[in-house]
Amino acid sequence: MRPAPAIALTGISKRFGPVAANRDVSLSVAAGSIHGIVGENGAGKSTLMSILYGFYEADAGEIRIAGAPRRIRSPADAIAAGIGMVHQHFMLVETLSVVENVVLGAEGGAFLKGGIGKARTALARLSRDYGLAIDPDAIVGELSVGLQQRVEILKALYRGAEILILDEPTAVLTPAEADQLFALLRALKAQGKTVILITHKLREIMEVTDRVSVMRRGEMVSHVATAETSPPALAEAMVGRRVLLRVEKGPHERGAPVLEAVGLSCRDGRGTETLKDVNLTLHEGEIVGIAGVAGNGQSELLEVLAGLIQPSRGVIRLGGQILAAADRHPARLRERGLMHIPEDRQRSGLVTAFSAAENAILGYQHDPAFGSGPLLSPARIEAHAREAFAAYDVRPPDPALKTAKFSGGNQQKIVLAREIERGPKVLLVGQPTRGVDIGAIEFIHRRLVALRDQGVAILLVSVELEEVMALSDRIIALCGGRITGERAAEQADERDLGLLMAGVADEAA
Amino acid sequence: MDLLQLLAVILDSTIRLSIPLICAAMAGLWSERAGVVDIGLEGKMLVAAFASAVAAFATGSAWIGLSAGILASLVLALVHGFAAITWRGNQIVSGVAINMLAAGLTVVLGNAWYGQGGRTPSLEGAARFGDLTLPFARWAREHVPGLGLIYDEVVSGHAAPAYLAFLCVLVTAFVLKRTRFGLRIRAVGENPAAVDTAGLSVAGLRYGAVAICGLLCGIGGTYLAVAQSAGFLPHMTAGRGFIALAAVIFANWRPWPALGACLLFGLLDAVAIRLQGVTMPGIGLVPVEAIQALPYLMTIILLAGFIGRATPPKASGLPYVKER
Amino acid sequence: MSAVPVDLPRWADIALVPLVSVAAALLVAGLVVVGIGENPLEATALLLRGALGSAEGIGFTLYYATNFIFTGLAVAVAFHAGLFNIGGEGQATVAGIAMAIACLALPALPGFLAVPIAILGAAAGGALWAFIPGWLQAKRGSHVVITTIMLNFVAATLIVYLLREIIGKPGSMQPETPDFPAGAILTPMHQLLAPFGFTLPATPLNSAFFLALMALFAVWLLIWRTRLGYAIRTVGANPRAAAYAGISPAAVTMIAMAISGALAGGLAVNEALGVQHRLVLDFTAGYGFVGIAVALMGRGHPAGVGLAALLFGVLYQGGAELSFDKPAITRDMVVVIGGVLVLFAGALDGLFRRVIATVLRIGRGAA
Repeated sequence: MRPAPAIALTGISKRFGPVAANRDVSLSVAAGSIHGIVGENGAGKSTLMSILYGFYEADAGEIRIAGAPRRIRSPADAIAAGIGMVHQHFMLVETLSVVENVVLGAEGGAFLKGGIGKARTALARLSRDYGLAIDPDAIVGELSVGLQQRVEILKALYRGAEILILDEPTAVLTPAEADQLFALLRALKAQGKTVILITHKLREIMEVTDRVSVMRRGEMVSHVATAETSPPALAEAMVGRRVLLRVEKGPHERGAPVLEAVGLSCRDGRGTETLKDVNLTLHEGEIVGIAGVAGNGQSELLEVLAGLIQPSRGVIRLGGQILAAADRHPARLRERGLMHIPEDRQRSGLVTAFSAAENAILGYQHDPAFGSGPLLSPARIEAHAREAFAAYDVRPPDPALKTAKFSGGNQQKIVLAREIERGPKVLLVGQPTRGVDIGAIEFIHRRLVALRDQGVAILLVSVELEEVMALSDRIIALCGGRITGERAAEQADERDLGLLMAGVADEAA
Repeated sequence: MDLLQLLAVILDSTIRLSIPLICAAMAGLWSERAGVVDIGLEGKMLVAAFASAVAAFATGSAWIGLSAGILASLVLALVHGFAAITWRGNQIVSGVAINMLAAGLTVVLGNAWYGQGGRTPSLEGAARFGDLTLPFARWAREHVPGLGLIYDEVVSGHAAPAYLAFLCVLVTAFVLKRTRFGLRIRAVGENPAAVDTAGLSVAGLRYGAVAICGLLCGIGGTYLAVAQSAGFLPHMTAGRGFIALAAVIFANWRPWPALGACLLFGLLDAVAIRLQGVTMPGIGLVPVEAIQALPYLMTIILLAGFIGRATPPKASGLPYVKER
Repeated sequence: MSAVPVDLPRWADIALVPLVSVAAALLVAGLVVVGIGENPLEATALLLRGALGSAEGIGFTLYYATNFIFTGLAVAVAFHAGLFNIGGEGQATVAGIAMAIACLALPALPGFLAVPIAILGAAAGGALWAFIPGWLQAKRGSHVVITTIMLNFVAATLIVYLLREIIGKPGSMQPETPDFPAGAILTPMHQLLAPFGFTLPATPLNSAFFLALMALFAVWLLIWRTRLGYAIRTVGANPRAAAYAGISPAAVTMIAMAISGALAGGLAVNEALGVQHRLVLDFTAGYGFVGIAVALMGRGHPAGVGLAALLFGVLYQGGAELSFDKPAITRDMVVVIGGVLVLFAGALDGLFRRVIATVLRIGRGAA
């Protein structure tokens, strides 16, 4: 008889309000294997794992661990069942030491002395067994991201986890660190541990997993042995047989350069370089797409060009003129025709507590058209919104309605209307269709192409590679804040771009 | 009076003035290390002062007064916890409410019960904490030059809650640093999500810390009414809860430095009282108000990062909401 | 203010939530009255009669309301910028000092000049004392809440020193300034309205009341009808969106705090310029803190602030009258009600909204 699977989930469903995050999901993970779960953003992978870890309780379904049915209502239950989890955003206390983080919740007695001592010994043993060298007294906040992840894994192992779930573990790692992680996962497997690896990177799935399950829109769509599948087959399963994004797009007429960045670099608050020596030229009448894994400098590129953050080095030219520091300010740039549809409309692009009409003037609140002198005219603001909402088919077309009450697609249309309608010369676009329904996606894509045909220069950032490929005339790949290559749209293919995004430098560049 | 005698007297009154600050500072430290901002220390001490005076007067026992003081302060602490932890309300707003509630309620009840404009009747005998004379104090004063005097004047001769206050510092420092509970409290104030995923209750830990905060404010308030004074006076805390808050910030949320800050602020107060109405050559009448304002000014300067840097626990003031 | 957003219909949001929290707060106060052995209904009747039962009572009520309008607006304006200004007491104190210095330094000016200068002095003093924490938060990252608390105490020691050493009345043991010049005072309401044929009893109510009404209107205009108000609200609701819109959160923080402090200065105008005609110690008397309750209950809207200020005016005046008849119930009861209100309308807002939402849902389900 075959041994019971380490984990068996049957019929798991979970709703968040109107959204079904998981629908009748079943999954079986063999003991002592590495099991991959892939899917696009929002496919329900993280929700499923949060249910398994007791962060949420499923609305329906059964969980069996090593054959026995279990109710997992809290992380404590999960830990007791031998499940450990390494979250995408580390669950570490940065001010505490490594060993303090490891024992938190499993201190073994009211006083720390004994428990800490025991943990030191255990850490030394784990370090030896798996090659996880780490200073137990180092302060976690001062460690590199790779080492912090190591602490997370040690935390789980110290609690005696037999099943280890890793949620997008390589998203924050360098390629070398990722290779080390994979070696570790194999070592864990050799010791009989079960590993679940959640990722959207197919390369990783092919490299380390034994079996792989694919999720799409809250449902489990396929389970296969890794050896019997291929990246294209997985990709198809992830995306589904949906109509491939086709954007009606004529040939473009590239005009004069309007926006140029030369040697642009940025640093974040901790002094890490987020953009490195970026050179970029945007011409009239073209869409330039940025391809890259999230967190590789795309956000910073948009923000620095929009004047939201200041570069540490380099110059930006708009319409041939170098922008002085005072001009690198959102309001000044808007006056010069550089508009910006931000990546996260809820956090930066809109004030969701305001009425839709008020949001339709965000960034343009000083426009004389909306009032006289220091005063604003609600009537004029409302009339303006009414007109814009009609032109962009915002539903419901009610300017007085609170913005939070609009759907994602309609919120995005409010932003789009606001930024496009004033005739930009340059348009920076971040994640134009994130969380937007299909109908609105088409609408938004058509608008962007129409703008390009009118001669606007568009810079497009999107995590959806497919979208970048469908819309762009030219694609630039970013990795680690550096441009790793450039392709004309007609020459680009997914595999080739994937290599560039992974930082495999382009000989041509 | 010789210099040593003067020094001993000033240090003695420094200790007396520091005790309520020390209790409240430890209280605030517990709450804030767990991630619950508390500007209601003042109100909790005030309520404790009132309740302890009432109970001590009614029963004639200072110790029953202390229990009542702690209980009253605990109730307000739990109200704060209910708003801040269970209902994720604004912690500042809740603290303001606690302070107003305490300021009003103590006077209303005191006036209704005793009709003395909010005061409670004078406490006498066992209803008040008397000064304890430590062993060998008298002997040391006579036989050990210098140090003996200091021992008798400064170390000995305080009421029981005063020694309790110092004990609280020791216990706070020990528990925070060396026990399981302390580790969890430190963790929950920095990253509650880490505590949650470790299978621990964020709310439970925070309620625990808030309750300890109530207990400590209770001791501080009781000391004011039943040891330092002989009864309750309206608004008798006079901003001590806020000075304690300043001390916590000043000490970067660490127990021993907080004790130091409290003693420093107590010393400033003692000196200011001493210099009241004193004319100094070159200065004229000493502006004691400048000395009294020093704790506040120092805290502002520190917070602004002009000297050193105050880094509060990362999650303090933020209600914990599970992320999706 | 709460992290648990509960969606309520607009009418419930605007009217029902504050009303329910006021009712609950008054209920708690009623319980306290019962606790000290008095009849709450009788007490309420006495209170209402004292506050609204005579022209004199109404005059006093409006005089108190004037103070609450200023301090409530001060808190409300800061709220809109996402700032919690608990420094109203200190700002009013410094406003009083600035005003007193202006009045005493310019004794010979005629009234039509002296009064505006005094009022501007108060506004400038309050604005300065609030600008400091605004600047410290915007430029140095220290939190407005802590700094304003600390500056309250600094202001309290400052006024003691100044009244004793610098601007005190010579030869007086009282901590107060000499009387302001006769030109530099506000007209009492009974004198102001006498030429129009109204005969009113003498009360502290003075023309500062009109100033408060103007402030209500001006704040409404500022917050909802100006570009600056739009910027203030944007920073308060979503600082990131503000930065995206080219609005500087730092600049707005400083401006909003200064406006807030200037409004708190209105308290000094009503008390010193309007009633006492000199600056006395402790003239702020906790009005600044009650302003927090007023702003929370009024939901930050000037109309709400006006109504809440009126309610507290009634409670203050009625409470004073009540304590004559029932010495067991002192006026500090109003502070209790204020505290409970801050708790209910502010910190426990989430609880109240949840309860109201549940009741409404049950109501709809049954219908």
